[in-house]
Amino acid sequence: MQIALLGGLVLFVWWLAGNTHENLTERGIRTGFDYLWRPARFPISESILRYDASDSFFWAYVVGLANTLWLSFLSILFATLLGLVVGLSRRSAHPLLSRFAGTYVTVLRNVPLIVQLLFWYAIATSLFPVPREALNPLPGVFLSIRGVYAPALTLGPGASMLLIVAAILLVIAIVAGFKLSAGKRLSVKAASVGLSVCLWVAVVVGLSGMLGHPVGLEAPALKGLNFRGGMVLSPEFASIITGLTIYTSAFIGEIIRGGIDAVEKGQWEGGRALGLSERHIMFRIILPQALRIIVPPMTSQYLSTVKNTTLAVAVGYPELGLVVNTVINQTGQAIESILIMLAVFLSISLSVSAFMNWYNARVALVVR
Amino acid sequence: MTDISFKIADAPQKPPKAKRKPLLKLLFGDLLSAFLTVLAVLIIVGLIPAFNWAVLDAHWVGGPAACQGGGACWTFIGAKARLILFGLYPPSEQWRATIVIVLIVAMVLVSLSPRLWNARLLLVWAVAIAAMLVLMGGGVLGLDYVPTSKWGGLPVTLLLATLSLGLAFPLAVLLALGRRGKLPVARAISIFVIELVRGLPLVGLLFVAAILLPLLLPPEWTVDKLGRTLAALTIFAAAYLAEVIRGGLQGLDDGQIEAAEALGIPYWKMIWHIVLPQAIQNVIPPLTNTAIVMIKNTSLVLIVGVFDMLSAARSASTDPAWPAPSTEAYLFVAAIYFIICFSISIYSRHLEWGVAARTHG
Repeated sequence: MQIALLGGLVLFVWWLAGNTHENLTERGIRTGFDYLWRPARFPISESILRYDASDSFFWAYVVGLANTLWLSFLSILFATLLGLVVGLSRRSAHPLLSRFAGTYVTVLRNVPLIVQLLFWYAIATSLFPVPREALNPLPGVFLSIRGVYAPALTLGPGASMLLIVAAILLVIAIVAGFKLSAGKRLSVKAASVGLSVCLWVAVVVGLSGMLGHPVGLEAPALKGLNFRGGMVLSPEFASIITGLTIYTSAFIGEIIRGGIDAVEKGQWEGGRALGLSERHIMFRIILPQALRIIVPPMTSQYLSTVKNTTLAVAVGYPELGLVVNTVINQTGQAIESILIMLAVFLSISLSVSAFMNWYNARVALVVR
Repeated sequence: MTDISFKIADAPQKPPKAKRKPLLKLLFGDLLSAFLTVLAVLIIVGLIPAFNWAVLDAHWVGGPAACQGGGACWTFIGAKARLILFGLYPPSEQWRATIVIVLIVAMVLVSLSPRLWNARLLLVWAVAIAAMLVLMGGGVLGLDYVPTSKWGGLPVTLLLATLSLGLAFPLAVLLALGRRGKLPVARAISIFVIELVRGLPLVGLLFVAAILLPLLLPPEWTVDKLGRTLAALTIFAAAYLAEVIRGGLQGLDDGQIEAAEALGIPYWKMIWHIVLPQAIQNVIPPLTNTAIVMIKNTSLVLIVGVFDMLSAARSASTDPAWPAPSTEAYLFVAAIYFIICFSISIYSRHLEWGVAARTHG
């Protein structure tokens, strides 16, 4: 039985390899990884790493990967925060809020992500006004058909020094806030940390003023037909980050709610018997225990979010999948490109699960 | 002998409901509640422009010329429904695609009742699917031949979903059994296939199928685009279903298999009559979840250029005669997907109650 299985497998792979070889020679495609070092000669519309068309194919992959990771990081971060809000809202006794969150989850979970992405992209590119009539929901933030414009940090001479000092001061401010309120109630703790951060802002702004404003905020301003200055999010990036965050937050909300529901009800009863408030029970007793249940499904959710970033090809944001596809179209090096993509996604999967397993082991209940 | 572990019967314990409070106190009882109330009201107020756009300012009648101004252009959906639902399918043959949709919906409705689940139903499904393919493709029985490149819209979405799930299921059972089984070679192959497929995004797998399949197969075999995407969707669904079924197998009491072995029941008979029915019953909720995921995933075939409902909607909205109504087109498609997926999740909840009632009743 075993031998037959193994033999069949070997024959099958051999047959596939033979076909591939024949097809490749017929089409005159060279194989091998030496193409990686040739110049890529195709543009990548936006990237967080510096790229231009004369860079090598290898660098193009790296740029695509960086975009994938950046997108994953941001959408996971935002989706976790939003998902926590959604999950807690669904569990809350507040009737308006829990209904609202329930509808949100039901609708978003039952519509394919790619439809949602295209929907946001359609809104960003057709319903938003031209730059001249841009929507201005927050001061300094403009929504227009050309993208989302927001104030950006500008760095003048001496900025790096100031940033380093500011970072050190921030750590000191937070630690001091915790130290000063050690053993006090949570609200006192939060208030004292908040106060020290306010103090930090004042000191940093003062320092910046003394040094002649090396770090400033530059708001986008309308000049001619478009905005100048500030930070711009392309419609592609804005729509994919919105779509991924909102879609993922519905799933994370359900995971968190499930975790809360799975905590034994005796824990609630115990808390009530001690006369604690519902809110106190939730944040001090239930949530910490729910975390143990939440971590494993959260890991798979994070992983699928990373994989979902490849849907960005639908709106044309150049993450790894789009770069790989372009490379294949340009060079015909399909097998190599796909192997690279496979290796990248497998290593991301494995490292995320390794990290989450470590974290899981840390928060796991120690029995005996 | 009734205490076979039916995992899903132990529904998660819900925390007890807090004591009922009067509505006013709930909404404005303390600072946080009041804040949340204001927040919820603000969100609802924030949604008013969207409501205006979709209903009050919307255009319900008239042609492209009527759709000037701010509101949604629902007349577009009316005008383009044919294109979105049937794609490029020849209008004169459209009745065939309609029958296919009706047939799939009818088959699904028939299969809803667990009482009808037996080998005969499988046979009926096989016949029905063959009939659908003949109807779509034609070329026999006096029907005109319609190449798969002309197939499009909702029938393609539904066919891809049912076929990929149907073909993936037996594959998934084999993979799951292989992974749980005693043969090291089979176990290694199963683990390799499952983990490889699950590690890749579906978009990547679709690229692999679209580009690599023609390279891997002999030059004289041609698999068209639809077949390649179906292959990718099937292997993807199989890997995920296999993990779900493995969960069901793990939840099965070892005593069941030992008893069957002691009675000298042959392996495949034991699997078919004893192991699978119990294992699958245990994993109905995750199975339906996977089904929903796969139905949503069919929309991804747009990326490799298969003309499903979403691509049809996208190409419909590029008609220059209409003022860029893509938002409405996507909302329409989203509504169809929502109806399908939401019904499945309601059905799954209903099935769970059934199982719980039978095991605890």
